[in-house]
Amino acid sequence: MKLDINGTVREVEAPPEMPLLWVIRDLLGFTGTKFGCGMAQCGACTVHLDGQPVRSCVTPVSTVGTRKVRTIEGLSPDGSHPVQRAWAEADVVQCGYCQSGQIMTTVALLEQNPSPSDTDIDAALSGNICRCGTYVRIREAVHLAARLSHGGGK
Amino acid sequence: MKRSGICFVLVLSACGAKPAASTSGTGGPASGNQGLVAFETVRGVLQHARCQNCHPRGDTPLQGDDGRPHLQNVQRGPDGHGMVGERCTTCHGPMNPPDSYGPHTPPGVTTGWRMPKPDQRLVFVGVAPGALCEQVKDPARNGGKDMAALRAHLDDPLVTWAWSPGFGRTPPPVSRQAFLDAWTTWANAGAPCPK
Repeated sequence: MKLDINGTVREVEAPPEMPLLWVIRDLLGFTGTKFGCGMAQCGACTVHLDGQPVRSCVTPVSTVGTRKVRTIEGLSPDGSHPVQRAWAEADVVQCGYCQSGQIMTTVALLEQNPSPSDTDIDAALSGNICRCGTYVRIREAVHLAARLSHGGGK
Repeated sequence: MKRSGICFVLVLSACGAKPAASTSGTGGPASGNQGLVAFETVRGVLQHARCQNCHPRGDTPLQGDDGRPHLQNVQRGPDGHGMVGERCTTCHGPMNPPDSYGPHTPPGVTTGWRMPKPDQRLVFVGVAPGALCEQVKDPARNGGKDMAALRAHLDDPLVTWAWSPGFGRTPPPVSRQAFLDAWTTWANAGAPCPK
């Protein structure tokens, strides 16, 4: 089957039931997206389908169809996406395992709501669990990313 | 099979009971009492976890057979599809995940997982039978649906999903056909509501 991923159409041979996450990581080698719980409970596997966050661990690859897949590797080639820059500037990451999912959800949030409130951020990111408890820095980084996206800075 | 059907009708006649209204929706009117009995069957489905979990009183959907608040701070959102960044379809895909995915994976339907819109809440949880009945058939509270539109809603994949809910979930207490038969009997009786 064909998969439009990060702007390139790739041919993959996979059973229809295989989770999209398996295809992304094991068949295509995009290992930035993480496996956390395997049941859509933690958000570590979040990618975009046509710009909307989905949990790739519970998404059979056969259901993707022509929708465009975007993984964290698709945000920028060098970590220069405003959300990635904000994450670095706010020094969000502790162990880092969940951060790919946190960033992908944040990107979708800011694309639909360029100036989110704390309430908006909490509502959007409550499904992305961080075992290190970096939530305060995540919220700070979302606000910073919003300013960076608007051309502002700290 | 045919003989037993005839016997069933004869027994009903002997008891002075009228046969139930046609299940086609074009049959004659049922009595008010038949309608009330039928609504009790309908109510049992509407207030089963598979249906009422997405018809709560507040903005948090419920989950599981015990109807506990949905994890992940999931909310109804401005259009009933969840919040930006955490839409229902972030986790609920276009189909139930294969059984090979194991328990506790979110179910899905082709028409998209969702709740009623904020201005059409159609609360099922904790509502008395009479109030539930009046609410369901009130276009001002059910999204502008008349009885025909309500019947059409029963064919929405999100509704029919209740009878094929996937791994480990309990379906409503009666079959889908029994539910539709009861609905038709209730509707043909003039959709009477319990007092």
